[in-house]
Order: sequence, then structure tokens, then C-alpha cells
Amino acid sequence: MIAEAGLAALWLAAALALLQLVMGATAFAGRGDAARMVGGAVVGPAAVAQGLLTLLAFMLLVWLFTESDMSVRLVAANSHSAKPMLYKIAGTWGNHEGSMLLWVTILGVAGAAVALFERRVSARMRHATLAAQAAIGLGFFAFLLFSSNPFERLAPAAAEGQGLNPLLQDPGLAFHPPTLYLGYVGLSVAFSFAVGALLTREVDAGFARAMRPWVLAAWIMLTLGITAGSYWAYYELGWGGWWFWDPVENASLMPWLAATALLHSVTVLATRDALRAWTVMLAVIAFSMSMVGTFLVRSGILTSVHAFAVDPQRGSFILALLALYIGGALALFGLRIATVKEGAQFEPVSREGALVGNNLLLTAILGVVFVGTLYPLAAEALSGEKLSVGPPYFDATAGPLALLMFVLMAAGPLLRWRRDQAKALIRRLAVPMLAGVAALGAVLVFAPGIRILPLLGLVTAIGVGAASVAPLFGRNLRRTPLFIWGMVIAHLGVAVSLAGMACDSAFTRETLVALNPGEARMVGPYSVRLTAIDPVAGPNWTALEATLVAQRGTNAPITLKPQARSWPNPVTQTSESAIATAWDGQLYTVLGAQDERGRWQLRLWWKPFVTLIWLGGGLIALGGALALVGRVRRAARQPVAAFA
Amino acid sequence: MKRALILWLPLAGFVAFLGFVAHGLYAPADRSITSRMVGKPVPAFDLPEGAPGRGRFDSRALATGKPRLLNVFASWCVPCVAEAPVLMELKRRGVEIDAIAIRDRPQDVAGFLARHGDPYRHIGSDTVSRVQLAMGSSGVPETFVVDGRGIIRHQHIGDIRAENIPDILARLDEAAR
Repeated sequence: MIAEAGLAALWLAAALALLQLVMGATAFAGRGDAARMVGGAVVGPAAVAQGLLTLLAFMLLVWLFTESDMSVRLVAANSHSAKPMLYKIAGTWGNHEGSMLLWVTILGVAGAAVALFERRVSARMRHATLAAQAAIGLGFFAFLLFSSNPFERLAPAAAEGQGLNPLLQDPGLAFHPPTLYLGYVGLSVAFSFAVGALLTREVDAGFARAMRPWVLAAWIMLTLGITAGSYWAYYELGWGGWWFWDPVENASLMPWLAATALLHSVTVLATRDALRAWTVMLAVIAFSMSMVGTFLVRSGILTSVHAFAVDPQRGSFILALLALYIGGALALFGLRIATVKEGAQFEPVSREGALVGNNLLLTAILGVVFVGTLYPLAAEALSGEKLSVGPPYFDATAGPLALLMFVLMAAGPLLRWRRDQAKALIRRLAVPMLAGVAALGAVLVFAPGIRILPLLGLVTAIGVGAASVAPLFGRNLRRTPLFIWGMVIAHLGVAVSLAGMACDSAFTRETLVALNPGEARMVGPYSVRLTAIDPVAGPNWTALEATLVAQRGTNAPITLKPQARSWPNPVTQTSESAIATAWDGQLYTVLGAQDERGRWQLRLWWKPFVTLIWLGGGLIALGGALALVGRVRRAARQPVAAFA
Repeated sequence: MKRALILWLPLAGFVAFLGFVAHGLYAPADRSITSRMVGKPVPAFDLPEGAPGRGRFDSRALATGKPRLLNVFASWCVPCVAEAPVLMELKRRGVEIDAIAIRDRPQDVAGFLARHGDPYRHIGSDTVSRVQLAMGSSGVPETFVVDGRGIIRHQHIGDIRAENIPDILARLDEAAR
């Protein structure tokens, strides 16, 4: 019964999305005042009801998973009654159908929130925006109902489920997809606003202020999702790296890059009424990147370690949606943007100028990642040759662009709006530049053999770190607005992350050793002794577990227990790394196979300051959150009429 | 006029992108996995008995002049249950099958064979997956076609289903030549 109720709720929600689209369009463009009034009166409630019904459908699916109802095909294929409860719940979205339902749920709830709370744009624009949001929703409803029904029954019911990919059976990954989806779908709202603004020709500061919290929220979620995903890949895959330029990782990085550019250009539009066309374009690109990312991951078009749901039919469906939405928005852009007046002017040396530079560099990095991700596909299409573009390409292209952008990031916040003096800027940058030079000297003295890119990274990190806090100099800290604090902390987070990446790349020590129990080896400052190898069993896996005792100087020894796990269902081998975290880095251990002489292979890394990478990611998201709270509070204090 | 053209560039780029991915989607690439071990001899092993009373299983027992299957399975593996009747059918058609039981206990293997049938001549017990990894196998079930000289000729990943029988028989014929 629950599955049928869920399916009914989904159909009803789809019908309401259709109503929302028709009524929104009528309210915006209908003939006669009566039609417009009726449309305007219905579109909001339709959006709210649609959001609630999709939420209901999703909760019912979660219920089916917690009950391990094996008469539902999706549950039988992706769950197992022996799974811990957390992973039963996470199993809801750990598969194609469930994650698409989660996607459409967030989309519907976001639409409801726009209908309920958004009062800063004109009624006409709100109606057009809600119609656009409904149009996006409808495509995904059709996808779910016609090609990926999550509530399909299985007759006869399965005796037992087939489990969840053990790689995904991890608390980090249980929450990774929902976080990313919140980001993707938040960008859908920005996209709908952009479409609404193009339709109404209201591409102005008011539109930017309405869109900004959604962009900020989406960006925070993407930042958290990417940071968590990176840490997950780092400790779960046992390769000892933190970023692999894997197509699936790139699929989430590309919308983040676009959202970061959008976040900055939307601020220029909201504050200075400049960069109108560019901001609309970025809003379209940011959501397009979310959809392209989803398409790349789900169509099986790119092979990757963690792409799933390889299915050309579904791929074609998403491709059709891409063509419809992105193609439609770009065509609308081409038609309408020429009629949008250019915004305010500014000098090259100004806050706007720096932000334009930042936007161009972010877009260039986005282009580089996009090309690198799709190049293998293009090459195969043109020459039939299989090849892959690895980290060397991305490091060599994205690395220098990113460094240049960090330098600009240090200068931007210290510039005045509209016009500024280059001399004054250099004066304000004196302290950060000195810090960078001091760092350069220190690194060259203490680590003379360092490679050029990590060296530049470290020096830039120190300089950017000093420059990020510079906007606080001479301010009354208690009266500094929250969104300034947000900017400072987010920029500091970038410096912290960059320092972590540079340290990891420059100073990591790695050894691959084969030990008999009782033997020890040095890695970095640690002496690591293998004391035992034991079989252990978990709720749904068995493993060999090494007991390692690591000692640093005369400190108390630490015990680490890396495992080589076997999962019966589906059959998979995973390496559970064991990591010891110290204030200045991490000791990372992985248990390998036994060699022919009976010794156990161990992979040991000492990674100085690697934790700064994720600490920085957390700071960036925290900065975004502070800015969001600051903006929302300020908007709430000002009378609504000021934005009308 | 010039500005107007620039405004349509994003759409043009997007259409090109659509063309590429549509091509990639409808001309799917060959994604079959080929083991590095195909064409190489089975790595030498000498395993203890996988089920009570069956004796040890030595890799030299493979080179008998007749092609055979080497099945990697386990009593705790659910797809292996689905595969069991297909292996029985292959045995009925005269195929010789040996097995390596992975991370298993002999009494559990005996129970599995009692429930689902016993198509195997030899069964070795690989309690720590050492031979399995040396074979280039990463999961259960997997099946290797080994020719009469002990050389691996084909690797079938996952359970053998009824529809795979003609392919497996053809591979065995090919290995016999």
C-alpha cells in the first residue's frame, strides 16, 4: 500500500507541477486581467502543494527502505535486511531512481519556498520564475514516472535484498549525495530566476538580490559536498590522494566553479548594478553544469570508478531534458539580452574590475576542466582512439590559472568600488606581500629541493592568508557586518586549503614495505611496527586486520588497524585505511596483500598538514554561511518596499 | 550585428556539445574488461582441501590435456547459488570443472554442495584470497577457461547464466584447438 501511495503522490505532484506551469505562464502572459488574476492566485498554492507532495513521496520511499520491503524492486536491488539502519535510509538515495526522486523533491520544496517567501521581485517576475521552476520539475517527474519508477513492485517478492555498494557504505557518503543535490537544485532556482528576469526584462539589482541567497546556499552545499567527497575518497579508496580529477569529481567541481563566479558577479550586480548580461549567463551556465554533471555520471558515457546507473535509455532522457532546458535558456538569452540595458560603468582598477578578473579566471578554469573531462569522449568520437586525460593535464592547466586567481583574490577585497588608485592598492597589499616574501625565504631555507608549483602554492597561501584578513584592519570588529566576516573567513579558508595542498604535494613521504609480524619501519617521524594480523568480522563483511603500533620519538605509541575487507553481497574487496591525525599531519596506513614469502605488504604515508585541505573547505563553507545569515538578516531589517 | 552574433555563441557551443555526447551515447564504446592473466599460465598453487575428504588441489592437476573450467566461488556468495544449477548443466554436458573456495570453511562448502549440487572434480580452499588475487580475480563468482596445458584462455566475471552456456562451450572448444 505504501508504495502505491507514494506513486499516487508522485503523479499528483506532477499534475500540480503542470498546473503551476500553466498558471504561472497565464499570470505572466495571459490575456485579460481576469486570467492573470486567477493565474497569480493559483500558482503559489500549486507550488507549495507540489513541494509537499513530492516530499511525501520521498518520505514514503524512505519508509519502504527502513522496513526492508523486498516486494519493491528498488529496495530489493539496493538494500539488505542485515544492513545498519543508517545505510538502509541512505540506500534510499544510493541508487538511480531514489536519487532522482530526492532531486525532484528538493526541486519541489525549493519552488515552494520561492512561492512562500520571495517578495523582493515583482509579482510578474515571481510568476515567470515559478513557471520556469515547474517546467524543470515536470521534465524530472516525466523521467521518474516513465523511465525510472522508484515504487515499482517486484512479483514475487525477493527473499533478500542485494545490498548496497560497500564503497558507498560509509557515513560520509551517506550524506554526500543529498548535500551535493541541495547545491545543484539551489542553482536550479537561480536558473529559474534568470529565466524569469529574461522573460520580464527585469535584469537589475533587485533580481540579483533575490537570487543571491539561493546562489549562496547552493554554493555552501556544493562546497561542503565537494570537501566531504574529497575526504571520503581520501580515506576510503586507500590511494592516499585527495583529488583524482575523476569525471565524477569534475561533475561536482564544474557547477561549483560556475557558482563561485556567479556568487561574485551577483554581488557586483546587487551592489553596483553592473555585469547584467554576464550574471544572467553565469546563472544559466551554473545550473547547466549541474545538469551536465548529472548526465555525465548517469548516462555511463564516461567511465569512472564511481559512476553508476549505466543506461543509454536514461542517458537519452536526460540528454533530451538538457537540450530542452539549457538550449531553451540560451536561446532566450540570445533573443532577450540585447534588449537589456547595459548596467553601471566602472574603471578597470576597482572592486568590479577585480571581480571581473576573478570571473574570467574561474570561467577559464571551468573551461579547462570541461574540456579535460570531455576530451576523451571527443577523441573517441573523432578517431576511435581510447585515451584518458589524467591529473598531469589538469594540474598543468588549472594549477597556474588558480594561482593567478588567488593573487587576484588577495587584491580584490582591498579595492574600492567603481574606481581606485593602483598605488593605494599596492600600499594596502604591502603587509601580505611581505608575508609572502618571508614565506618564500623560509621555504627555500628549510626545504631547498622543493618543486616550483608547491613552492608557489605555499608562498601564495601565506600571502593570500595575510591579505584575506586585511579588510578587517582598522575596522571596529564588533560593528563589522556579518557578510564581511563571511568573505574574510571564506577567503582565509581558500588560503588554508591551498597551504594544505602545497604541503601535501611537497612534503609527503611514502613507503611500500613488506613486514613479518614483529618488524618495524620508519615513515616520516613515525616508527611503525606490525604486531599482528587477525581475521575480523563485521555485520555484513569479513576482513583481515593488521595491528600497527606507531611511535613518534618518545611519545606514547598509537595503535592503528587498517583492514582488507571482503563484502559478500555484492562481492567486493575494499581497503579500510587507518589514519592517525596529529597537529602537523596524518599518518596514513593501508594493508595490502601477502607476498610470496608470507610477509604482509603495507603502504605507509606521512602527510604533513594534509588536514588543512579539508579544514580550509570547512572554513570556506562557514564563511558562506555567515555571509548568508548576514544578508538575510539585513534584508529582513529593510522594508520590503525598498526592493519593489 | 557583431554583438548579436556573440550572444548566440553559447547556444552554438551547447549544440556542438549535444552532438558530441549524443554520438557518445548512441555509439557505446567497448567496455568489456580483459584480464591481464588471459594468455598466461595459471599461477602455481597448492591448496588444502576445500571440502572434507576431497584432498588437496594442486595447479598441476589442471594440465591434463583437456580444457576445463576453474570456478572461483564461496558458500557465502549469493550469486554462486544462482550459478550452481548452470554449472551442474555444464557438467552434465561433459565439462570438467574445478573450484577454488574463497575465504570459506570446508564444512560450509560441504553444506553448500549438499544443497546446490556438486559439479566439481577438485576443490581447493583459499582462505586469504591469495590464489584468487594471483589469478587476477577480484570477486566471486568468477570462472576461468583453462586449456589442456594450464594456460588461461578466457575469464568470465560474475555468475555464469543459462544464456552464457553456448559462449562457455564455444570458448572450451576454442581452447581445445
